[in-house]
Amino acid sequence: MTFFEAKNVVKQYAGHKALNKVSISVPKGSIFGLLGPNGAGKTTLIRIINQITGPDAGEVFFNGQPLKPEDVKRIGYLPEERGLYKKMKVGEQAVYLAQLKGMSQKEATKKLKSWFDKFDILPWWDKKVEELSKGMQQKVQFIVTILHEPELLIFDEPFSGFDPINANLLKKEILELRDKGATIIFSTHNMGSVEEICDHIALINKSEKILDGPVEQIKKKYRTNTYEINYTGEFDKLEQVLKTDFEIVDQEKGIEHNTLHIKLNNGSTSNELLEQLLPYLNIVSFREIIPNMNDIFIRVVKESKTI
Amino acid sequence: MNKIFIIIQREYLSRVKKRSFLILTFLTPILIAGIYAFMIWMMLKDDTEKRTIAVLNESELVDPVTSSEFTTYEYLNNTTFDDVKQNMERNGYYAILVIPEDIHSSKTAELFSHKQVTIEVKSSVGRQIRQHIEKLKRSKIIAEANMPDLEEQLAATKTPISMRTIKFGEGGEIKQSSTEIAMGIGFAASFIIYMFIFLYGVQVMRGVIEEKSNRIVEVIISSVKPFQLMMGKIVGVAMVGLTQFIMWVVLTGIIITVGSALVLPGVDMETLQQAKSVAELPAGASSLDAGQLKLIQDIGGTFDLAYVAGIIGAFIFFFLGGYLLYSALFAAVGSAVDNETETQQFMLPITIPLILALYIGFAVARNPESSLAFWGSIIPFTSPIVMLVRIPFGVPIWELLVSMSILIGTFLLITWIAAKIYRTGILMYGKKVSYKEIWKWLRYHN
Repeated sequence: MTFFEAKNVVKQYAGHKALNKVSISVPKGSIFGLLGPNGAGKTTLIRIINQITGPDAGEVFFNGQPLKPEDVKRIGYLPEERGLYKKMKVGEQAVYLAQLKGMSQKEATKKLKSWFDKFDILPWWDKKVEELSKGMQQKVQFIVTILHEPELLIFDEPFSGFDPINANLLKKEILELRDKGATIIFSTHNMGSVEEICDHIALINKSEKILDGPVEQIKKKYRTNTYEINYTGEFDKLEQVLKTDFEIVDQEKGIEHNTLHIKLNNGSTSNELLEQLLPYLNIVSFREIIPNMNDIFIRVVKESKTI
Repeated sequence: MNKIFIIIQREYLSRVKKRSFLILTFLTPILIAGIYAFMIWMMLKDDTEKRTIAVLNESELVDPVTSSEFTTYEYLNNTTFDDVKQNMERNGYYAILVIPEDIHSSKTAELFSHKQVTIEVKSSVGRQIRQHIEKLKRSKIIAEANMPDLEEQLAATKTPISMRTIKFGEGGEIKQSSTEIAMGIGFAASFIIYMFIFLYGVQVMRGVIEEKSNRIVEVIISSVKPFQLMMGKIVGVAMVGLTQFIMWVVLTGIIITVGSALVLPGVDMETLQQAKSVAELPAGASSLDAGQLKLIQDIGGTFDLAYVAGIIGAFIFFFLGGYLLYSALFAAVGSAVDNETETQQFMLPITIPLILALYIGFAVARNPESSLAFWGSIIPFTSPIVMLVRIPFGVPIWELLVSMSILIGTFLLITWIAAKIYRTGILMYGKKVSYKEIWKWLRYHN
């Protein structure tokens, strides 16, 4: 079931198009990766979802209904450019931000205290923000984003600036929120950082969506049928022995073992390759090279250029 | 709508709770009262320093200057100027007064000293010699005219005139007023408005820049509309300004009441206001002389309750109107830049009309009926300041209403424009913004 949908969204700024007929569809309860290089238009799309700015053309649906101003309290947003009032007390500020999302002061205080306790920052409640470490400030920002239990959570470059420990904590909490039923959108240019936790992705480049779908399918679609074989022993005449269906892409000599990259052509299988290699090589490992999002992105961009 | 109140509340409380606000609010009235008290004390204070002045009298005048309690005149004979000069320090002379032989024709006497002589000494010496010579001349005329009562008759020709200015009120009743006091009030009120617009307008601008450089603005506008954030800040800061102003009025009022009760005991303001002139006051009503009573009566007559309430009401309206107009512009400037050093190029179009308004105000105070005064108080960018100069002199109701409606209308228009700049500007980082760029922002739709 689709929870959030954008159809043919266009956003034009003087001089350039930030989004050109972009459509995305985010399934309920999924973690959706919005990927693309800097300046591709990701943040503009996110600002449209948050109603910070409106689309020039196209439609946006939230839970099946056209997006309404009241929906902001059902969305939690952690922007890329995020910060806090430095001179304000931490607790006071968190309550203020929660109130702006429509929570009552009492409810916000109660919930905040339990979250602060969970994240070990309760003793800093009455401290000024400028006295907090960067990591603690990020915890506060994260808590404020999710405090009002939004159905849709949007994180723009969530891991930039987080140290590995806090980044892991964040990942854990986000997965927990997903399990409780929240739908999550991740936006990042660092594609490697989110591909392991995303179920769906959309690739955006130069204001246009160039690829989207479930991660598994995309990876399957863009597999290259290339295998990596680590082996020990010497064998120089491999090329003469191998059938023409097996193409040696890369060959490398190492200290402990040597490495081969072999591409399977014309529907040949990995078992056939193994059979061919076994008599000659002492195989240490054998695995398929699965392309990562970065590789896929570069490939898709190249392909879209040549068309 | 509820959210805008939450924003106003934060903007208000975060500023009012600041130590600098409390210090400024409580210290300023005390400081102003202190400066006035000091000035009055300086003026009233008698010169109590004992001085001895050597007199070299070469004329035929006999004792033209006489010693008083603090100033002693020593007439020296059979000595030369150089002698006296050399022994000046040893004899403890403050100055040497030389009255030349030809004093009648030259009409000049000379005072020599090491330090600059004080104005009191100089004028006292001059007055005494003048009076002495005048007396001599008068006696001579009286003697020649052979009229024994001439002296009394001459004295009777002296006729001091004191001017009372009386203004017709709205209902035709007459009001006592003082031009000087009206001018003073106008100046003070318009200057305070000028100061407040600047002070609090810049606070709005700083607040916007702070939110932008703190990177908190995007977090907030994902919950509220940029317009709500901007208006919340503007209104919150306006309330800080009003709080400060009301505190100043109340505190100054208290200080003046307490102070005047201490300084002017026995002066009953009500009897003073009811009396048509100083002469009608019951004899011995107070220890003050007629001139002082006249001043107090002027102040009392000008400051009746309706007048003061009218001025305070106008002040609050024009302060708010002017402030709202300008602070929307300040907010727009704040949104367009990344830090305060970049604000300069955009500040100029805001500060020029403000400073111009102050100068027009100065000119208008001298001539409140000029066409400069009229247009200055109609054009919304100068009206808050110029109108305040005119109000103490009395302004026709229709002019006041036109000025007020134009101010409100312009404020709404400017806020609408500023909001468009603001909502684009707050999300722009690391970009040097030009007027051309801002013009583009105005044409974006949300």
